[in-house]
Parts: sequence; structure tokens; C-alpha cells
Amino acid sequence: MSERSTLFDFTLGLGDDALIAAQRLGEWTSRAPEMEEDIALANIALDQLGAARLLLTYAGELEGAGRNEDDLAYLRGDREFRNRLLVELPNGDFAVTMAKLFFLAAYQLPLYTALAGCADERLAAIGAKARKESAYHLDHASLWVKRLGDGTEESHRRMQAAVDQVWPYVHELFTADPAAPVDPATLRADFDAHVSAVLAEATLTRPADGWTPGGGRAGVHTEHLSYLLAEMQVLHRAHPGARW
Amino acid sequence: MYGNDFAPPEDGPGGGLLGEVEAAEAALREAAARARRGGPAPDEDLEAYFADVIDADQKIEPRDWMPEAYRKTLIRQIAQHAHSEIIGMQPEGNWISRAPSLKRKAILLAKVQDEAGHGLYLYAAAETLGVRRDELVELLIEGRQKYSSIFNYPTLTWADVGAIGWLVDGAAIVNQVPLCRCSYGPYARAMIRVCKEESFHQRQGYEILHTLAHGTPEQHAMAQDAVDRWWYPSLAMFGPPDGDSTHSAQSMAWKIKRFSNDELRQRFVDMCVQQAEILGLTLPDPDLRWNEERQAYDYTQPDYDELMRVIKGDGPCNRQRMEHRRRAHAEGAWVREAAAAYAAKRAEQQKEKVAA
Amino acid sequence: MSKEQSPLWEVFVRARRGLSHTHVGSLHAPDAELALRNARDLYTRRQEGVSIWVVPASAITASSPDEKDAFFDPAADKVYRHPTFYQVPDGVAHL
Repeated sequence: MSERSTLFDFTLGLGDDALIAAQRLGEWTSRAPEMEEDIALANIALDQLGAARLLLTYAGELEGAGRNEDDLAYLRGDREFRNRLLVELPNGDFAVTMAKLFFLAAYQLPLYTALAGCADERLAAIGAKARKESAYHLDHASLWVKRLGDGTEESHRRMQAAVDQVWPYVHELFTADPAAPVDPATLRADFDAHVSAVLAEATLTRPADGWTPGGGRAGVHTEHLSYLLAEMQVLHRAHPGARW
Repeated sequence: MYGNDFAPPEDGPGGGLLGEVEAAEAALREAAARARRGGPAPDEDLEAYFADVIDADQKIEPRDWMPEAYRKTLIRQIAQHAHSEIIGMQPEGNWISRAPSLKRKAILLAKVQDEAGHGLYLYAAAETLGVRRDELVELLIEGRQKYSSIFNYPTLTWADVGAIGWLVDGAAIVNQVPLCRCSYGPYARAMIRVCKEESFHQRQGYEILHTLAHGTPEQHAMAQDAVDRWWYPSLAMFGPPDGDSTHSAQSMAWKIKRFSNDELRQRFVDMCVQQAEILGLTLPDPDLRWNEERQAYDYTQPDYDELMRVIKGDGPCNRQRMEHRRRAHAEGAWVREAAAAYAAKRAEQQKEKVAA
Repeated sequence: MSKEQSPLWEVFVRARRGLSHTHVGSLHAPDAELALRNARDLYTRRQEGVSIWVVPASAITASSPDEKDAFFDPAADKVYRHPTFYQVPDGVAHL
């Protein structure tokens, strides 16, 4: 595989992670537990969407086949999407959404930070912008994981259940890719340190490692992704070639 | 009669309605810099003092003495305005997941987010009048306070997002710009901020429709259909005709309201005609025509019986919108309780630390 | 407990170096940490470099009449928030 196509795969994968995360977070709009939180979730969705657009645009350029961000977002089927499974999981209750965001941000922060120092100028610039946003997402999710974990009996039960439910999907984030500009396997220690500290403060138990579902980077997804894409793409696909 | 102090739109600092908002902001500063009317003298009649402040075009501020009816009117109006922003997130939020390009998705997300922000600014303004936000939210959820009826219509196609931006936000701005000069300071300041952001909303709607109207035949038809469905409900947003409007006269005297429903409606129609022409879309009123004598367009009134039915709860989406809001509130209860419990625990620990 | 709403906080922002903190509005949050986050989202749209204070409204002693709120300009980080971002065809008035 050429270096260019490796770079394309890597960039596309990150772009898809951000896009699907944005799509899920956007589903919360007008449904958050508090109006202030509605605004916060929309901000995070906007950050993810912004990163997705930069990454997909760059991926399209690397591919050199004339595809832009919208071609990549709207005209691929689920078997062609390269996002990790974690981001496509349904939102569940607020605890599940915070668990997903917490783990995603704890991965994206060291990832974008490392990317900011990589040799590829475009990716470095995207990393430099996105890492500040990820720091904010991690902060926000950590704050809620602590409040829900150490809040009421009910919130503790829900938060622990959410962590248990999402945890298996964490491992796929760190699948080794030595040829990539940043090898995700190198980010695991950072992730573990932060996650363990927050879970402990939240009086939550870090689940044991066991089942490790994966396949997102190869286009083998959960059943959920096809539905998500069907909704996201329906209008765009109904009007081939139209401008919006 | 309050209208002639507005800068003509073309000469306004920012042009058009945004210029009027800026002019209102400038007027607010000038009023603040002008004669400083202190509090009432010990033996001064409070009603006379209040009237004096209003007459001098000075702002009433939260702790000023005010007639109870003024306070009640404002709470009701500001709360209903806040509720409208919050319920108004739903019809457009309906298209976030299906927005046809990533750029449109980002803009729409930001727009709906702004509406949540506007709701919060307005609830905060209402709270300065001595009412709590949770009480107001309760009134909304129990159906005892209304929100703008326009949000009880469905968004059936993507073009509806454009039509809401152009017509609904457009009508809202025409309604709201005069509120930037409202006699109650916190409301006037909130409206200045809201109007500045709303102007972006109206433009994004217009841009969506313009793109559709100049796109494929299917897109053009989608845009025309949306305008056909949203035109009369938008006209109805200005409320019943002046003759039937119950709150108007007193609100005008208090400078809460500065133009009548019919004046604002006319102003909106006159603006839309030319904008529709440039869009290449037709406003669905065969009797719409320029009246040389009145120097304004004659137009067909919206169906006010329909407006009353929708206000009373029988619009296409009243039940759905309320159910959505109630569900979000109920499903979030455990989260709000958890945050309160956590805060209480921390405060307790802090106290122990201090005591130790 | 669910009946009891979270406390009200007054928000003060220093938009740029060299300026003093200015009151921009209020919001609800269960504790100071969340109040700060919410303030950043609501009143600065997370514009960088600004300094925010949040103060429990109950801790403020006011003379009459007080100034409970004010609103300042939206952040500059999202260009599409600003009306000038949109291309309005020539000749369209009042938009």
C-alpha cells in the first residue's frame, strides 16, 4: 500500500469518527436534561462536525478522485464507512451519551495532540485546532461522569451501567497501526491514566477487559450504522447532483 | 407615532433592520447618559414617578417601583417569548439529522443552538421581575402559558427550514426590533442581543430558499410549496387585527409595545414582496397589489379563526410539541437531581473542611 | 429535590486583555464548576482568551435600582453566526 493511500485511510477514518459522533450528538438537540446542556451538546456536535469537514475534505484531496466532503459523507454506504463502532452506538440515556463522549474525548485528545506534531502539515494543523476542542469535550464529559457517578443512587446505577455497556468498544480505538502518522496503540497509556482517575473520583468501577468488538476501520459495523446513514443521507440522495 | 425616531433603513448604520437594532442600542446608551433620574423622593407619588421615567424614555430597571399590572404583563410577554424560543427549536431541529450538506448541517445546528440561547437570555430577563425560571417552565409544561402558534405547524421538507428562516424569523424580527426600545431595561437589552443573532437566521433561511429556487425543478417546487404553506401562518404571527387585540392599548402606553399588530403586519408584507421577486417565488395571495394611495401593499388577511384554533391547541403539531418538551423535561429529571445531590455533597465536604 | 431549581449565577466576562470584567447576564447551574462551563457556552460561545467570573446571585448585595443583566456581542469564532456571512443577492432590501 502506498504512503498516500495509507494517509487517505487514516484521514478518512478520523473524519468518519468525527462525523458520526456529530450526527449522534445532534440528535440531542431540544432533548437535553437542562437547557444549558442543550447548548453544550450542540457546541460539541459543532466541533466534531467542524473537524469532520476538515478531515473529509483533506481525505478527498488525498484520494485524488474529485470527491468532496459531501460526496464522502452522503454517497458512501455503511460498508464503506471507516468509523470506530463506539461513535455509532445509539445515544441511550444521558449517562450512555456521557460515557461515549468521555471515552471518545479521552482518545481524541492525545490523538489530536500527537497529530499536531506530525510531519503532514495539513493533519498537523487540523490536530492543533481539534485538540483544544477535545480538551473541552473531555473536561465536560469528565465533569458529568463525576456528577452522575457520585450523585444519587439512581444516577450512580445508570452511570455504572453506561460505562459497562460502552467499555468493550473502547479497545478498538487503540488498534495498532504502525504505518499511520499517529499509531493509536501509543495513546492507550494516556487514555488509561485519565479514565482511571475520573472513574475513581466518580466512585465508579472500571470494567474488566473481556469482549473486544471491532471491525469499524474495515467497514464491518453494528446494525445501527445503516439506519443512521439512511436518515443522514436520505435528502441528499433523493436529488442527485443538486446544489444545496 | 413612535416610529419617526427610527433612522430610515437605507441610512441606518448597518442598513435595514439590523441598522434599527443598532440605532436602538445607541438610543439606549444615550438615554442612560442623559439626565439621570434618581429614585423617587420620599414624598413623591410612585405612580407619577413611574410615568415620569416612561415619559422621559428612560428605562425601568428591576428594582424600580412599577405597577403590578406592568410587572405581570412583562412577565407574561417575556415568558411566552422565551417559551417560543425553546419550543421553536423543534420544527427546525427536525431537519438537523437530514440536512443535505455538511455546511447546512453545521449552520442549522448553530441556529437551533442560538434559539436555546435566546430562550435562556429571555428567561433570565423574566427572572429579574421576581419570578423563577422553573415556575415559568412549569407553566409551559402544564399548558398554562402559551408559545408562538407558528411552531405548531410541521416542517415537511427541507425547504421549510428556509421558509422558517425567511418568513417566520423575518416576521419575528419585525415584531422584535421595536422591543429593543421597550421601556423595561433587561428586556430591551435581551432583545438587542437576540435581534442581532436573529438577523443571521433570516439570512440563512433566505439563502436556502434562493439556492432551492435556482436549483433543479424539484427543488424550485419544494421551495414554492414551503412558501405557500408558511405565508399565512407567518402573517398570523402578528396577532389578531388591532380591533380584536386585548392587550395592545395599555402596552403601548407603557412603551412595552410600540406599534400595533396591523402596522407591523403591513410592514412585513411590504418587505416580503420584493424579496419574493428576487427569489423567483410567488407569494400565495392573488390579491396582493401595490396601493398607490396608501403607499403600501393591499393583501389578504390570514385566517384568524384558524389562528384561534391553533392557539387553543388544535394546530397540526400542538400535542406533539408539548409532548416532546414534557418528555425531555421528565427524562432529564434524574440528571438534574444528580447534579444537585453532587453539589450538596461537595458543599457539605467544604463546610467540614472549614470546620476542621 | 427535583422541584428545587438550581441556583442562579451572575456572569461577568473580560472579553479582552486590558478590559475589566463586565456583567453579561445570568444562568442556572447546580455548582460553580458547571456554572463556569455553562457561562462559557452561553455567553462567550467559547471564544478563547476570555476570563469569566461566576458569582452566586444570592451573594450579591444590591442597592436600588440594580443592574441585573446586560448582553454582549456574540463570539467571533463561528463566522456563520454573523449576518454578513450570507450572500444576499444584489438589490434585496430589509434583510
